[in-house]
Amino acid sequence: MKKIFVYTTLILTAFSCRKDNYEAPSSMLSGHITYQGVPVNVSSKDVTFELWEPGWGKNGAISVAVNEDGSYSALLFNGNYKLIIPPSQGPFRSITDAETKSDTMLLTVNGSREMDIEVMPYYMIRDAKMERTGTTVINSSCRLEKIITDANARNVESVFLYLNQTSFVDATNYIARSSLAGSDITDPANVHLSVNIPDVISGNGTTGDQDYVFARIGVKISGVEDLLFSEVQQINLK
Amino acid sequence: MKKYLLTIAAALVMISGCVKDDEFLSTDPKDLLTDDAVWKSPDLVLSVLADLYNRYPEQQTITNWAEFTNFDEAFPSESGQYWRTKQVDYPYDWWNLWDYGYIRDLNLFVQKCSAAKELAADVRARFVAEARLLRAAIYFEEVKRMGGVPLILEPMEYNFSGDPTYLQHARAKESEIYDFVISEMDSIKTVLPEDAGIKSRATKWLALAMQSRAALYAASIAKYGATTPSVSLPGGEVGISADKATAYYQTALGAAQQIIGSGKYSLYKKKAEDLEENFAALFYDKANNPEVIFAQDFKLKSGKTQEWTLVNQPWSSAEEQQGGRVNPSLNLALLYEKLDNTYSPFATNNGNDYIYYDDPKDIFAGRDARLGGTIILPGTKFKGVPLDIWAGVMYWKDGKYNTITGDNFGDLDSIPVAGAPKSSQVVGTDGPIDGLQFSAQTGFFVRKFMDPTVGSGQIGTRSDVWWVRYRYAEVLLNAAEAAFELGQPGLSSTYINQLRERAGFTTPLTEAQISFDRIVHERRVELAFEGHEMFDNKRWRLAHKVWNGENISANDVVSNIGKADKINTMIYGLWGYKIFNPGSPNNGKWVYRVVKPSNVTAAHRFNFGNYYSRIGSDILSNNPKLVKNPNN
Repeated sequence: MKKIFVYTTLILTAFSCRKDNYEAPSSMLSGHITYQGVPVNVSSKDVTFELWEPGWGKNGAISVAVNEDGSYSALLFNGNYKLIIPPSQGPFRSITDAETKSDTMLLTVNGSREMDIEVMPYYMIRDAKMERTGTTVINSSCRLEKIITDANARNVESVFLYLNQTSFVDATNYIARSSLAGSDITDPANVHLSVNIPDVISGNGTTGDQDYVFARIGVKISGVEDLLFSEVQQINLK
Repeated sequence: MKKYLLTIAAALVMISGCVKDDEFLSTDPKDLLTDDAVWKSPDLVLSVLADLYNRYPEQQTITNWAEFTNFDEAFPSESGQYWRTKQVDYPYDWWNLWDYGYIRDLNLFVQKCSAAKELAADVRARFVAEARLLRAAIYFEEVKRMGGVPLILEPMEYNFSGDPTYLQHARAKESEIYDFVISEMDSIKTVLPEDAGIKSRATKWLALAMQSRAALYAASIAKYGATTPSVSLPGGEVGISADKATAYYQTALGAAQQIIGSGKYSLYKKKAEDLEENFAALFYDKANNPEVIFAQDFKLKSGKTQEWTLVNQPWSSAEEQQGGRVNPSLNLALLYEKLDNTYSPFATNNGNDYIYYDDPKDIFAGRDARLGGTIILPGTKFKGVPLDIWAGVMYWKDGKYNTITGDNFGDLDSIPVAGAPKSSQVVGTDGPIDGLQFSAQTGFFVRKFMDPTVGSGQIGTRSDVWWVRYRYAEVLLNAAEAAFELGQPGLSSTYINQLRERAGFTTPLTEAQISFDRIVHERRVELAFEGHEMFDNKRWRLAHKVWNGENISANDVVSNIGKADKINTMIYGLWGYKIFNPGSPNNGKWVYRVVKPSNVTAAHRFNFGNYYSRIGSDILSNNPKLVKNPNN
């Protein structure tokens, strides 16, 4: 008798929870922030854009973070969205949308979708090369192409070469860096930087020796908070 | 018979038990005071006002110690608070403030008190002026944190029509809020009492001090905001045009000069025989304090006490099993100059060797008295008990110094050298022990606002030292800054030199030595732990330079002292060690090392979006007329 009671309770417990009212969001919106199809690389965690889904009671943006390599992804419900890149975000300006005649882009999500977002970066880092010379120095070279040349053009404040132990390399995550002031750049098509490899690569608290580093070139544009980056490159030290 | 009685009784109950409906529903409540009752009694109005005083907005204050550890002034020595030195970015919604509940209560007070004809006219006028001062104070706080906010000066009522749009107001310009604060102070200062002995209620002098501070903020935003054009909004809700700077600086200087010229206040100099003690006493001496203009007061055995001393007391003299939380940083300590007016880091090394000190305090000798008045230093005393702050023993073995230390307050251990005692103390009773909460993890404890009275560190007693919100020294600094910006460095130096003379400097600064860096420096050292640092760095638009997210090394910390835009993203400490080297002349002496506590892992970064905090999305969607702050 007691056993039956226990089993009944168990079965009842197992079936007592009903499904949620809502399906979890399942449509994946993903892609890259690009300029003419080339991803714009940024620092980690710093650049976001906003998705708004109008029609609900209160307004609130879904903030979508852009990864270091310019990619992004968001899991969404199907529906009509408005996409906006806030003016303070990223080393770029948003392109006026042909449909809305503003910085707002209309977007329909119906199932997963790949979409690249075109922007106007102030600059692009082209032909970035980073390589080890000898055992102590990493040399880099790149070409800075000025994309925005009209009234909104901005100068380069400085160029940095960062090294880090992990593949997250940016202005707050580095173990060594060197810099070059924008005013010292004589030929933007030929920017050279070199940085000394620190004695201990595992500098950020983790132990164990590591025989490779990650390097990246960053460009600080004057008056723009977020830096523009080249692609992360792994460099073997042995 | 019984039946009749019952019937009669029932009838009586029916007839007399019920009162008239309208009387029944209009019985006066017994547990709250009605408007009619309040607005004819000065005592009751005062108690309403007391509640409004109690809601005065604060950011860093002695009743919220951890807020002092967000930047570079101090390290949080409590295990639950280490995240503050481990986070890079400040969230954009930190420090945001949208307290229209308080503003409505103040507006109601102004409205109802103005209409309270049963109060004597002078009493009523003073009450109204006080509420208007508090209302200006909250708007000042709003504009400091959020930029221009809707300026609501009447209590608004909803008419239940289903359409609330008439209650939605757009944001005022940032300059309009500052103008409001300045003009309110002008109109109420003549009503408020002139008695400088009033410290916890509004006086004419508080109105002038607030006006001076507000005008200075507006002026510096106008002037230095030009360097950060992206921190502004086209409608002026954030940002003030540069051509207004001069007028604001003149207002700031004029208001400060009225206080200075009145002669009602002076710098605290009651303990001239010990300048460090004098500077500390300025904050805890509540009897006839000539310097304090406005303070949040506390009272023992009244329920309104504060626990700053309890949470920060050194372990060596602790009255409970806690204390030592706010650890001032080396970054702050080395700002205090030598008495010959030069900046200098604490001398730890001489070439390749350490510098050996006979007494732990010697390394701090010959400095600005505000150093020892603001910070409890190794080798000094608190509540008569000598501090015991040292990180370990350095013993000479195999041709080099080795270090031995403990992992608890005052641990004993044996130094592994022949001839050493079997067991001896290897770390101070106050620490520093890296990662041990309540120990002096930077090598320092805070002294400002610490209460030397016995019992102040007990949970059951606590402290009645007041929180000084406005004091005469700040007025002098406001005047000095405004005068400097108006091209009168000579006048500026006379104000600054008064403070420096009180701090023990004998050579006054010359006119030529007054610079922007100097102004910034004097405010930092004089007003440390008084809640000014972040807002000062914001209005000078220095915050994104000082906290720029870049790691700094021990070498960076000790260089560029006195530069306004010096990078100060990570907190460092200064740890003393005792030398054990029998037979050497250095045996028993002290050496120091610059150390970064291991819980300092991230470099702080203040983004453009932090200059004006985020307005919550619920507020934005309730009122479509509001514009978002820039960069967030």
